[in-house]
Amino acid sequence: MKKHVEFKNHQREIFHFQLRLVVSIGFVLVLLAILLVRFAYLQLVRHSYYQTLAESNRIAVVPIVPNRGLILDRNGVVLARNYSGYTLEINQNKTTDMEATVNELSTLVEITPKDRKRFKKLMAESHDFETLVIRNRLSDEEIARFAAQQYRFPAVEIKARLFRDYPFGEKTSHLIGYIGRINDADFSELEENDLAANYRGSDYIGKTGLEQSYESDLHGTTGIEQVEVDAGGRAVRMLSHTPPVSGNTLILSIDAKLQEIAEQSFGNYRGALVAIDPNNGEVLAFVSKPGYDPNPFIDGIDTQSWDELNNSPDVPLNNRALRGQYPPGSTIKPFMALAGLNYHTRTPEQTISDPGVYYLPGSSRQYRDWKAGGHGSVNMFKAIQMSCDTYFYGLATEMGIDNIYNFLSRFGFGKKTGIDLEGETSGLLPSQDWKMKRYQQIWYPGDTVSVGIGQGYSLVTPMQLAFATATLANNGVAYKPHLVKEVQSSRNSENRLIAKDPLYDLNIDPKQLDLVRRAMVAVTQTGGTAVYASLGAPYHIAGKTGTAQVVAMKQGEKYDAKNVDERLRDHAWFIAYAPAEKPQIALAVLAENGGHGGGTAAPIARKVMDYYLLGKVPKPLTDAEVKGATEHD
Amino acid sequence: MTRRQLWQRFIAHIDLQLLLGIGLLLLTSLLILYSADNASWDRPLSQFRNIIVALVCMWVVANLPLHYLMRTALPIYVLGMVLLVGVALFGEISHGARRWLNLGVMTIQPSELMKIGVPLMMAWYFEKHEATLTLKNYFIAALLLLMPIALIARQPDLGTSLLITASGFYVLFLAGLSWRVIGGLFVAALASAPVMWSMMHDYQRHRIMMLFDPSQDALGNGYHTIQATIAVGSGGLIGKGYLNGTQTHLDFLPERTTDFIFAVYSEEFGLLGNLILLAMYSFVVWRGFIITSHASTYFTRLMSGSITLTFATYAFVNIGMVSGILPVVGVPLPLISYGGTSMLTLLLGFGMLMSIETHKKLVRT
Repeated sequence: MKKHVEFKNHQREIFHFQLRLVVSIGFVLVLLAILLVRFAYLQLVRHSYYQTLAESNRIAVVPIVPNRGLILDRNGVVLARNYSGYTLEINQNKTTDMEATVNELSTLVEITPKDRKRFKKLMAESHDFETLVIRNRLSDEEIARFAAQQYRFPAVEIKARLFRDYPFGEKTSHLIGYIGRINDADFSELEENDLAANYRGSDYIGKTGLEQSYESDLHGTTGIEQVEVDAGGRAVRMLSHTPPVSGNTLILSIDAKLQEIAEQSFGNYRGALVAIDPNNGEVLAFVSKPGYDPNPFIDGIDTQSWDELNNSPDVPLNNRALRGQYPPGSTIKPFMALAGLNYHTRTPEQTISDPGVYYLPGSSRQYRDWKAGGHGSVNMFKAIQMSCDTYFYGLATEMGIDNIYNFLSRFGFGKKTGIDLEGETSGLLPSQDWKMKRYQQIWYPGDTVSVGIGQGYSLVTPMQLAFATATLANNGVAYKPHLVKEVQSSRNSENRLIAKDPLYDLNIDPKQLDLVRRAMVAVTQTGGTAVYASLGAPYHIAGKTGTAQVVAMKQGEKYDAKNVDERLRDHAWFIAYAPAEKPQIALAVLAENGGHGGGTAAPIARKVMDYYLLGKVPKPLTDAEVKGATEHD
Repeated sequence: MTRRQLWQRFIAHIDLQLLLGIGLLLLTSLLILYSADNASWDRPLSQFRNIIVALVCMWVVANLPLHYLMRTALPIYVLGMVLLVGVALFGEISHGARRWLNLGVMTIQPSELMKIGVPLMMAWYFEKHEATLTLKNYFIAALLLLMPIALIARQPDLGTSLLITASGFYVLFLAGLSWRVIGGLFVAALASAPVMWSMMHDYQRHRIMMLFDPSQDALGNGYHTIQATIAVGSGGLIGKGYLNGTQTHLDFLPERTTDFIFAVYSEEFGLLGNLILLAMYSFVVWRGFIITSHASTYFTRLMSGSITLTFATYAFVNIGMVSGILPVVGVPLPLISYGGTSMLTLLLGFGMLMSIETHKKLVRT
């Protein structure tokens, strides 16, 4: 009985299981049917739709160029900015006949021969399938005209872009520099530094000035946008978006107004001015005259304008403040005097008698003082005040070139100052080694005599001289000069300070320093070579004039400005700091072919100091002011 | 023994029809991997090695007598649970999920083991209590299922936990769980959907949302679905031809050697190819059902039925996911997708089917 039940149960169980199995098979068949329906729908009904999608399917990774960082002066005045404008761009790989496209476009918007030339250059330089700009800064009318006809130009589109603009134009050209199109050389350098990825989509890179030296801060981080594009290359849908990070903002130590005043004070003179806060190395004004308008360089300057700039006798493209090398002339004398005191070659009280000419022992060669008949009895103080050449001929000779070299190089002569600009030249502080290497000649005593008054082989840049003056003004404590005060991060509110610690302390004996500094104050007072510089100033100015010879005088020949071609006239130097007791500004001014430092360079310095210390804006220059002073050097 | 006898002994426990179906699918795998890997031999060769290893394991399992198989149920299940707890405690996190356990010598994913372990354990449990089955037994079996599921879902691994749930449910279903309870469960599942929804991770919700509107997240998961659907749809009736799939070869298709390999196949072979592929799968599933219907014991019936249904489910879920009717849950296309673990798990299952089929006579006598 029991067995029977079990058997029956077993049968029933099998039956039940078979039933469940049939249900399972039915379930699988349903799944199968679902798939078949889906396939039929996708592959038969919607086939052509998906086929089009597949054909036009392109996911484009579009770089989003970050906004370039701004450049502001110390008070927030904008020196380099971005503004948005519209460009007309052609996609290279969507047009077969570029020439025809451009010609047809020119019936709608104005395309100048200049634009065409630039475009051809772009085409030759372009790397991948980038779109190229054919026209910049479209007017509203041009945009409207093109938009109406856009269907005719599948490869052309209007794009909103940011343009760089330098509102101060040539006044800050040598300081700010400019950006320009990334060329092959830039590109390979970027690739070498593994930066090419971050420059995808970037068209511009800093070429000169701060735009170049702070490129890594200014550029920012490129964002990425993945978009689905249709067969026409137009973005249909955004798939992902990594926003770009704007470049950092540079806050300069430059005072734009001061810069402007300094620039204007030159009048028609060519030259350079560098003003530094001696207490921290901040560069307050950085002028190289003449400048040039950097704005046309951004999108590639046309050949004609380039030639004009490049071949101009005024050499506007040359950064005189940074790269111009001139004999320091008498501006070297305060430093030479300090060297003499340092090596105890002369005591402050020691006097010499100046007959107006100097002879090396056993030589008949004349080394003339600038003042015919000489200065009479001269000690160190007077020698600086009156810029007595004979005193320094003797001092240099007694000190010897090795000592001169050692001491002056501590003030930064013959070395780059390390200012945050590229392309600085190092001037020339001659030495025995140098002459042997350069000319395979030994050093002659006569060489030392010329070096004593900043002539001969000596060369300095205005930058160097300003740095040395600032170091002197700050009692021998040197700060590395820098144009950028802070870098303001665009990611967070953190500011990065540039160089705030002193470079080194020359440890000069305060007594020696005091003598030289007092003598420099005397330079701008009655009896000095730059009286005019401090006339009516409510503060004391310490300064030194200088003259850099453009053409060497032959023995016995007398220099006479009137008989010399204007461009061969001497360059005028003036170095100064003020207030003399507690210096806040130190500067070096060079006026090319300006003649005498006290007459042309010193008034420029005065205007700069007046504005910086007193906030006094100078009146426009008069002829009288340019020629006013008659002091000699 | 002659060579012939040796051969016969060698294949004595191999179900040749099942092997034929599997073999065809494996050949298809190699063929399509070559295309999916942009005409490179790297993946196909590596897959070939996976296949050989898995086939050897299948042969071994097929030759195991059934009582051995039954004896492994409890140890495999316990080991699997221990490892799952280990993963929960010490597992390595990768892509936001804790699925892997680093054993020093190798990294394993214990949830794979449970794909076999769970139905095996449940079938074994039902076999033990065959004579006195009450609702309580179903309840305990369901607990055996839910414990690993909970651990796997926590990792989180939605795809695997759902598939194991399915395989366990198939065991319950085939074991005769009453329709009323099934209906109740169904209603309960519907009712608990909102609760489940609130417990899900964001990305899991995302995947489900996306099913209704893939363009919502066109770069993330939506990108997969959009590109795969385009691939399938653009394949048309006869496909673009072998190695000519633009979606595949222009890199639009993501994960095209693994989860999305069906899109590659479908793009290049079209609807006709799909029909052939479904026919191959159907053949294997059909053979599985035949074996199930022959099966002589409660355990073997449940086991073979569950293996067969689970296999069909895998194929359906993957193809459904690639062609855009199911959410993207990370399930490979069985026997075709690149990957050693899933290959091994599947062929172990087929080894069991073969063992069930070829040892039944011995059991009967």
